[in-house]
Amino acid sequence: MRVKRRQQAFTYGVLIFFLLIAIMPFVGNILTSFKAKTELSRGLFTLPEQWRTQNYVNAWEGARFNDFFVNSVIVVVPVVVVSTLCSLLSGYAFGLISFPGERLLLLVIVLGLMAPTEAVIIPLWHLMDRLGLRDSYWALILPQIGLSFSFGTFWMRAHFKNMPRDLIDAAVVDGCNTSPFSPRNVLWKILLPLSGPALMSLVVLVFMWTWNEFFLVLVVGGTDYRTLPVGLALLRGRYSADVPVMAAASTIVSLPVIVIYLLFQRSFIRGMISGAVKA
Amino acid sequence: MKTLLRGDAVSARRPYERPYQAYLYILPGFVIYLVFVLWPIVSTVRYSLTEWTGFTTPRYVGLANYERLAKDEFFWNALGNNAFFVLFYTILPILVALLLTSLMTRRHLRGMTIFRVGLFVPQVMSAVVVGIIWRWMFDYRGPLNSFLREIGLTELARPWLGDFTWAPYAAGLVGTWVEYGLCMVLFIAGVQSISDELYDAARVDGANLWHEFRHVTLPGLQQQLLVAFVVTFIAALRVFDLVFVLTRGGPGRETQVVSMLIYERAFEYHEVGYGAAMALVMTVLIVSVSAITFYVQSRREERENAR
Repeated sequence: MRVKRRQQAFTYGVLIFFLLIAIMPFVGNILTSFKAKTELSRGLFTLPEQWRTQNYVNAWEGARFNDFFVNSVIVVVPVVVVSTLCSLLSGYAFGLISFPGERLLLLVIVLGLMAPTEAVIIPLWHLMDRLGLRDSYWALILPQIGLSFSFGTFWMRAHFKNMPRDLIDAAVVDGCNTSPFSPRNVLWKILLPLSGPALMSLVVLVFMWTWNEFFLVLVVGGTDYRTLPVGLALLRGRYSADVPVMAAASTIVSLPVIVIYLLFQRSFIRGMISGAVKA
Repeated sequence: MKTLLRGDAVSARRPYERPYQAYLYILPGFVIYLVFVLWPIVSTVRYSLTEWTGFTTPRYVGLANYERLAKDEFFWNALGNNAFFVLFYTILPILVALLLTSLMTRRHLRGMTIFRVGLFVPQVMSAVVVGIIWRWMFDYRGPLNSFLREIGLTELARPWLGDFTWAPYAAGLVGTWVEYGLCMVLFIAGVQSISDELYDAARVDGANLWHEFRHVTLPGLQQQLLVAFVVTFIAALRVFDLVFVLTRGGPGRETQVVSMLIYERAFEYHEVGYGAAMALVMTVLIVSVSAITFYVQSRREERENAR
């Protein structure tokens, strides 16, 4: 009994230690974001003498993080909405309808799930250039819908595969049908109300991936279309060497994801572990 | 995801199903996917067979880019750096997490949600933010060096990320910080799902802690180990943003990874064909790692279903 209790205490000790290591840099960053430059040498975890919000004002207005924020929202919202909708539709087809060429099509879509951004980025730049989209939000939105569609199709397919087919049989008997254009479609009437948790996971994951996307935006996003992470990484000028302002900017970039993560942590972790192979 | 390689033929078609409708459901997303993902992947293959600055007319050169790649010391240096990062992104986090998990109690823990949520924080944060934070931590005037000076180890203080010897280690350790939580969460969940009977049986057989670990815990974690390995291994192969912010590949080319070299070749030196060849090699590497996992997982499932 005593051994068990000691092991229990040890377990908690280890967990707390590693938990602190995981979150301390983030906490230190928030503290730094409220300090004056002169306070920095006093240690990472000392409280600011005065909680200076000026660093946030400088980051938001001076370093143009307000523009980057708007860009991020303009890119993320359509990517999340459109790719979730498209994935819902195709996931339903792959999960619950048997059709010729099913496996081949699925394999083709999986390719996009496994391939890194590097596989598409060079031709993508030239494609956007030719389509005249290079200096527009489209250049950031369309490819990211395509990439998320890969994962989303897979995710929703797995979800629908686990649904009992009898449910659809019964719905058809009750007068529903499978036509995509019918208002009495089983997908909308029967399946959608049962797909909340799966869709939620998909939404938060695509939100996070799109919000944090760096490489693609760096390459195809022109100067005026930089999202938050790229704006932060490429910041030049007087604020780029100002540690508290950079800390404030880092908080602005990460806070939306952290908040959504804390609210939907179950969906997040489940999705990230089972969708782990997504590159 | 796991059912991919298993046949789907088992599901009999229902009388009300119209197979052509499936194509209508897939169409909207697939069109976007085709134009902005699939076609670019095919184009990467085409580009890689040409010499092209991106502005002139591309010239077909066959496999010349790949021959050049095989002899390019920068490419091998970058690939070597990726391999070095595998130590820090994959091996180290898995070993640490495995060790700790085996020492922990397997009984249900209260407050596990808090630990899981906290340990996952580095996974959800933008790699750019992670980079900015750790760049300051390792800065010459940053917290780490202040601490070293305070405890009297002034001679150890240095600009870690700008140091030819230490930069790869410092950059690598940031990767360890990002990945260990994922491994821990996976393993803790895995260990708790191993049946108590197996441990009891081992104890009856007089197994010591090492035997228990070797013959019960480790086999029980196979699935989780595979996932942890693949995820972190791919992370080490494709890392870009973190290194971009931490060191830009420097000092010199000490921390330059393949993805950065691709960026440099294709977009800074305008060697589009050569950059594409490099991108394709990297893609093949990463896709094979994922594909092997798919295969192994579906084989195991088949075996389990057959039982």
